[in-house]
Amino acid sequence: MSKRGITLYLHVHQPFRIRQYSVFDTAVNHDYFDELSYDTDRNNEKVLRKVAEKSYRPMNALLQKMLDTHPDFRVSLSITGTVMEQLERWAPDVLDSFKSLVNTGCVEIVAETYYHSLAFFYSKEEFVLQVEAHKNKVREVFGIETRVFRNTELAYNDELASWADNYGFKGILAEGWDPVLEWRSPNHVYKPHGTRDIALLLKNYRLSDDLAFRFSNRQWADWPLTVDKYMDWVNTSIADQPLLNLFMDYETFGEHQWADTGIFDFFEGFVGAWLSRPENTFYTVSEAIDAYEPVGEINMPHTVTWADTERDLTAWLGNSLQHEALKNLYALESDILRTADNDLIADWRKLQTSDHVYYMCTKWFTDGDVHAYFSPYESPYDAFLYFMNAVRDVRWRLHEYHKTGGLHG
Amino acid sequence: MLGWELPPHNSGGLGVACYHMSKALAQQGATIDFVVPYDAHHSSADFMTIHAATRLTPLERYGLGAYDSKAVLSKTLSSADASDLKDMRGVQKRYVQYVEQLIASKDEQYDAIHAHDWLTMEAGIRAKQITNAPLIVHVHATEYDRSGTDSGNPLVHEIEYQGLLIADRIIAVSNITKSIIVQKYSIDPDKIEVVHNAIDVADLNDGYVYDYRTYRYLEALKREGYTIVSTVTRLTIQKGLTHFIRAAARASEKYDKFAFLLAGDGEQRDELISLAADLGISDKVFFAGFVRGKQWRGAYSVSDIFVMSSVSEPFGLTTLEAAHHSNALVISKQSGVGEVLKSIFRYDFWDINVLADQLVGIATSRALEDTLKHNVSQEYAQLSWHDVAKRCLDIYDSSRKVAV
Repeated sequence: MSKRGITLYLHVHQPFRIRQYSVFDTAVNHDYFDELSYDTDRNNEKVLRKVAEKSYRPMNALLQKMLDTHPDFRVSLSITGTVMEQLERWAPDVLDSFKSLVNTGCVEIVAETYYHSLAFFYSKEEFVLQVEAHKNKVREVFGIETRVFRNTELAYNDELASWADNYGFKGILAEGWDPVLEWRSPNHVYKPHGTRDIALLLKNYRLSDDLAFRFSNRQWADWPLTVDKYMDWVNTSIADQPLLNLFMDYETFGEHQWADTGIFDFFEGFVGAWLSRPENTFYTVSEAIDAYEPVGEINMPHTVTWADTERDLTAWLGNSLQHEALKNLYALESDILRTADNDLIADWRKLQTSDHVYYMCTKWFTDGDVHAYFSPYESPYDAFLYFMNAVRDVRWRLHEYHKTGGLHG
Repeated sequence: MLGWELPPHNSGGLGVACYHMSKALAQQGATIDFVVPYDAHHSSADFMTIHAATRLTPLERYGLGAYDSKAVLSKTLSSADASDLKDMRGVQKRYVQYVEQLIASKDEQYDAIHAHDWLTMEAGIRAKQITNAPLIVHVHATEYDRSGTDSGNPLVHEIEYQGLLIADRIIAVSNITKSIIVQKYSIDPDKIEVVHNAIDVADLNDGYVYDYRTYRYLEALKREGYTIVSTVTRLTIQKGLTHFIRAAARASEKYDKFAFLLAGDGEQRDELISLAADLGISDKVFFAGFVRGKQWRGAYSVSDIFVMSSVSEPFGLTTLEAAHHSNALVISKQSGVGEVLKSIFRYDFWDINVLADQLVGIATSRALEDTLKHNVSQEYAQLSWHDVAKRCLDIYDSSRKVAV
């Protein structure tokens, strides 16, 4: 009989944000991602250094401490290719500390698209290339194979599960969304509809979001959240059930919830409290799948994400600006790939990172919830104009240097 | 001469027109005191005496929005505080006080008070009362034009009405403007002279050479046979740009090789970006933002067809600048500049099918495009500020005789 366990999965990501890239830069300068001013959150180096200091360094130190202190502690991480590149350039010590974590053998790396893209919804071929690029990067940096897949923003549907099954992944992650689960609990292993040999782990969003979104919110009725209170909720949720899947952004620790909110102390206290009971343990995502058989089949024909109250893709593909941006970007695919020009291909792929279209989201105009949609741009329209100019410049380079395609796209 | 701005401290065509008109008047022997509401150096305006009514910088004065009368509270001049220069009415009151002092300090008599637009009309009325010189109100734009749809700010409308009523003579920059003054303000048409604006070609021949790298992507499109359609304007409702974007989409359905350049900024920008996306032509529409210097000149140079899509445009100087840079012109029938040019296409600002047809017609016929460009380049050069100045002097003379 396997122990009941927490599957903690943290997502590490930073995009290459586009600078204020104007009509006058188009076809002249190709440095879309190199903001000159250090005084703006469009400067990728500045943001990476800031997040490294506030989140990556202290949290990795804490994770290392937990691994050294508690033989049963486990954590799973997905680290995008774009953030790995940034760490290599601006904070190599952080990448080394991730390698140390992985070298304990108690940390699993989860697969995803290298560029944190929505390619699955635009081009299956490009999507597979990015999954493989990520697998290769993880192999190169950490010397391990990925076995469990998560898609950008946890965007999941039955078709994706079938793809992952056929590709050979043993597991896949998704949101444990009530309208899909109905009476069922997210605290079990499931099997995706129409698959043969892949397991599905579902995020327990209530207990995950208590930490990721609500922890420091003083308007929240349950603020401040203590270890004892959270342990009560965890024990109630997991009673008679085997798993608790806590999935969240890694930057929850130190960046979304600052150190002075007590998030690090809370985390250390919670890990110790959970492991103080002999029937409790932690699992990596692969271990959880190995420990338990699926209890049922989950059917998600429509795409479900971990975002917003709607749990859909509308923050990324909800308005015509976003559709125009990606339509024009993906229209270049075959011509770009034919060039075998690695710089050009890499720039084109960096533009696929989902954050770019997220910055064009206009939902908050109606929601009034400005803070839910952080953006380094003055408005979604500015984000759109800079992006479109960058796409045009990629097209211009394609045409100018490779005589392939044409500016008409 | 009572004005609100002069180049290089101008935010629009009003300053440009005042500058060239004054320069031509001075060359014909007029002595001009020109009052502006801010303090700055005007290096190329030594042909007249410029007076600063306040110590505000030009930038501080921009914040008060010469073109955005919505910012004006309904405050009478007498209740305004002349020491509060953050408030438009405060600045206007100070401006009036300054004009009063200027007149008192002068020994000689003024032959005419020439006031430009509503911003200076109260000062013009006061100057007429003190000096008994004829008041000539020069209308470059009415509140009706600025608001685009309705009658606009009632206080501004009232100030305009008082100024037009008390003026000895009124100069309108086009027949369109004259008819608005007659219809919307019930002014006697016999009091109104139409004097169209002009263009100073010498001012544009300043050694400017087009740098092909300024709009390099658009130039690359041109090499692929694209036709560049542009407009240089404030992105505001008066300019009729939603119709322009819709016509752009319609034209693109019929003919693929169009690119549309919008140079300028304004409160309607985001709406226009969204509209282009909704119509699926984002890739064809280029938003350059507010442009100056070689980016401003370059916008004309890169362009093949210039569109003035205004819902209500008293004149429309940018079209003459476009003509100078060899553009074919398409001008809404609601724009005054269309009255002085023949080799142009005109359309009702709301008629996107006609505009789309005209754009496709020009883009697909080399002969038509070349003919339009060539002929309009002959026509615009005939428009001279010296003729404008001559007309102004005649009007000063005749109104002085009436006043005596």
